[in-house]
Amino acid sequence: MPVTGVTSDLDALTLTIRAEFAAPPERVWQIYADPRQLERVWGPPTHPATFVTHEFRPGGRAHYFMTSPEGERYYGWWALTAVDEPKSFAFDDGFAADDTFAPVEGMPVSRNLYTFASTDIGTQAVFESVYESVEGLRKVLEMGVVEGASSAINQIDALLA
Amino acid sequence: MATATIEEDRIDALFGALADRTRRDILRRVLVAEHSVSALAAAYDMSFAAVQKHVAVLDRAGLIAKRRRGREQLARGEVGAVRSVASLLSDLEELWRGRITRIDDLLAEDITKE
Repeated sequence: MPVTGVTSDLDALTLTIRAEFAAPPERVWQIYADPRQLERVWGPPTHPATFVTHEFRPGGRAHYFMTSPEGERYYGWWALTAVDEPKSFAFDDGFAADDTFAPVEGMPVSRNLYTFASTDIGTQAVFESVYESVEGLRKVLEMGVVEGASSAINQIDALLA
Repeated sequence: MATATIEEDRIDALFGALADRTRRDILRRVLVAEHSVSALAAAYDMSFAAVQKHVAVLDRAGLIAKRRRGREQLARGEVGAVRSVASLLSDLEELWRGRITRIDDLLAEDITKE
């Protein structure tokens, strides 16, 4: 089980995932540096991701879309704020309305920091995402990323609690 | 007692509304962005009236909010009102667990190739 820890801070709207991989940071880094590898891990199997732009350097941008089972596309962008190969990179992640990939005004942007440290086993990865607001978090999840069924079930849980 | 009945009625309406595939699909769309009922109707292989009926069911269940703009009727998802932050973060955690499993699978391919 590669996930070694999950911390969520409800007040700071931050999710931190720790995972251990049996490969050195240089190899894990390649997954993020190579858009063809990245699109194999980014979107869930139901919503595969396609990266059309991938400027993996500080100040660079990445443009991607995820395709729903019905063929609907959800567009997103990254703005890379820091890239320190193979140790860490930071980026803002937001939505776009269409294939111009222009950020949508008023749509949530998350701030992300991914770090990779060398260990005896391979790599200790820490993925941290900070959301601006509850509304933003909700939109991220409803953007076709998570299957609607699980959201609906959670909603029912909340009502019955 | 009366309060309990109202709450039960609300839950009935909610379950009823979510028990239909088209309505769940409409809800997904209007959670992402506000849609006019006619735009929604165009997305399905069914009549405008049938789609309007589905929208009305979602509205009664409190899952969407409707407003008018000129001749158009606009619908927007309202699920945020009843979802807790904890459940949102746990959905996100699920996405991450999936991603990490996929990274692991991708890294395992290297070993197979060697």
